[in-house]
Amino acid sequence: MTTTTGTHPTRRLILQGAASVALIGLGNLPFVPARAAANDKYPEEAFKLKNEADAIKALYGRTAEPSDKIKLDAPEIAENGGVVPMSVTTTLDKVTSISFFVAENPNALAASYKLPEGTIPAVANRLKMAKTSNVTAIVEADGKLYSATKEVKVTVGGCGG
Amino acid sequence: MAIRRRDFLRGSAVAAASVVLPRLARGAEAASIYDIERFGNARILHTTDTHAQLNPVYFREPSINIGIGEMAGRPPHLVARAFLEHFGIRPDSADAYAFTSVEFEKSAGRFGKLGGFAHLKTLIDRLRNDVGEKRAMLVDGGDLWQGTGLANVMHGRDMVEVANLLGIEAMTGHWEFTYGEQALRDNLEHFKGEFLAQNVFLTEEAAFNDAPAFDKASGRVFKPSIIKELSGHRVAIIGQAFPYVPIAHPKRFTPDWTFGIREEELQTHVDALRGTDKVDAIILLSHNGMDVDLKLASRVTGIDVILGGHTHDAVPQPIAVKNPGGTTLVTNAGSNGKFLAVLDLALDKGKVSDVRYHLLPVYSELLKPDPAMAELIGKLRAPYVTDWSEKIATPDRLLYRRDNFAGPVDELICTALRNELDAEIALSPGFRWGVTALSGQPITMEDVLAETAITYPETYVQEMTGAEIKDVLEDICDNLFNADPYHQQGGDMVRAGGLSYACSPASAIGSRISDLKLDNGRAISASHRYKVAGWASVNGQQGAAVWDVVAKHLRSGRMFQERLGSGVTLKGVDGNPGIAG
Repeated sequence: MTTTTGTHPTRRLILQGAASVALIGLGNLPFVPARAAANDKYPEEAFKLKNEADAIKALYGRTAEPSDKIKLDAPEIAENGGVVPMSVTTTLDKVTSISFFVAENPNALAASYKLPEGTIPAVANRLKMAKTSNVTAIVEADGKLYSATKEVKVTVGGCGG
Repeated sequence: MAIRRRDFLRGSAVAAASVVLPRLARGAEAASIYDIERFGNARILHTTDTHAQLNPVYFREPSINIGIGEMAGRPPHLVARAFLEHFGIRPDSADAYAFTSVEFEKSAGRFGKLGGFAHLKTLIDRLRNDVGEKRAMLVDGGDLWQGTGLANVMHGRDMVEVANLLGIEAMTGHWEFTYGEQALRDNLEHFKGEFLAQNVFLTEEAAFNDAPAFDKASGRVFKPSIIKELSGHRVAIIGQAFPYVPIAHPKRFTPDWTFGIREEELQTHVDALRGTDKVDAIILLSHNGMDVDLKLASRVTGIDVILGGHTHDAVPQPIAVKNPGGTTLVTNAGSNGKFLAVLDLALDKGKVSDVRYHLLPVYSELLKPDPAMAELIGKLRAPYVTDWSEKIATPDRLLYRRDNFAGPVDELICTALRNELDAEIALSPGFRWGVTALSGQPITMEDVLAETAITYPETYVQEMTGAEIKDVLEDICDNLFNADPYHQQGGDMVRAGGLSYACSPASAIGSRISDLKLDNGRAISASHRYKVAGWASVNGQQGAAVWDVVAKHLRSGRMFQERLGSGVTLKGVDGNPGIAG
């Protein structure tokens, strides 16, 4: 599904089958948007916003309702906050986009994928997290917005019994 | 040992626990506490967290083991009198001595040391023979290969030989991973049993690079389970390694592997064992820790019993946990070889119809050491024991480690670090292993190693701001008291020397720790920089090994300094039965 290149896998990510993708790091890391499809505009505004609710609104223009048809797979405690693997799969029909939000990151929107018709709705990526935070996956399906949230803990580690 | 025997007789009023029956009085011979009434058609014997203690030890159970939120006031977060009352154990009895900290020093003289692998071997063989070879099996929950100087220099190889003679058929791991992949694989080449872990996977990079794995398709590094036939029934044992190895320990030991609780993968595997393999019972051999196991038992269906470890909780009776598929029993079997768990199952086609459980203290004075195991232990220790037998100090007080916040062993280590490394503050990890030494009895290098023997023992001195020190304390405190057990790592609070603080365990991260002060009473300032010494860092360090620093301190004739600060002041947990009254 995803491949990574270079020495900073979080910063560079080329996604097959997705029309638009961008990852945001912490602080002032540069955005690295992949090739956008002709009719899709890079959501620059949404990626700049700090707050999760604002970013969701900027990206989708409405709010999401929780759904148990979304499976957000992320670790309980991150083994490395710099590269936290997480994935979303869903049994919802007519999925057109999947986005990841990390509420406590400096900019909440971490990645957004557009799925062309007929694509299996499954996305996996690695996100950088500064500290313990809720991670929210938003799935746009048949014109409606759905969400799933999981808390991922980031710790300095040590002191196992 | 006539006096001792009389003590056991008087004390053995509640010698054997059972799921359904209260612990009952036993008569006649003290050793008869090991006569277990026959039940069912399969017996699983379980050891865990022995921490390589080959010979019998003193080990004082905690007097502070606080549970917060849902975990408050329920096992394993009961100590001392509250523990005795809950489980119906008579104070002043041998069991009160084995299971709690109540009058520990007084009872240590009466009931002696517990554990030891030669004694364990005698007891295990007896309990196996009681039911017959085809009806019994022995499993170990991990932390078998670490905890002594010998295990450390041999990378756990001594314990592989001991495990083979003991007849361990399946195990999982935690500290086993801290010897690194190569040493682990070398040891497993010689291990006659199976090393099981359903929750260890190759990282994507390692899988891409074709790193070795039990199952390339799933990326599972180890075999997840075995099926053992007992009395004609099929019993599956699934291994669950400690889920947070690369977080609690330096990641350099396991760079290719990723861990986690892996609930979904576990559920899928359980369903396959039930559906495809048609097993009659499923046992999870777990190193999750008891609070994690209790939560897992409420969410994953189809497991009959979780035989648990990691948190070193000696819990005499299983806790029954309801989940959407039925009930799962959760146990935890203590540490340091003090206990042997006996799970008797009545197996039927496709199900466990009834269960009896006993957590037997291994009273070394009631068990004749097995000669073959005693010989093996002697042979393994011989090359090192002389070097480590020099008496280097005689403590003037009981030395123990276990408690949530502090203990004399770690106070001593912190004092040594501050003195030898000339630091204002010392930090020492809240490990739960490490044995107890009695007041007035000399300690040796072997004893020092039994508190410190790890594969990343390097000490460090660094400057930290007051804010950074508080952040470290908050972070580790959250590992202990997070309201969600899945966000806990086990272990106890980092020990602080030269530093006092207040802790409010029931608060949220960021607001548990307050009122930080140096020993001279001066408040810690957020921006001021302090010289901090420590050891067991997850980042690479270059300083002398902690055991040499501690030994140097002891050889200089110093031990404890008079404690100037107030230590840790607890807030908001008055009346919590996880604190001895």
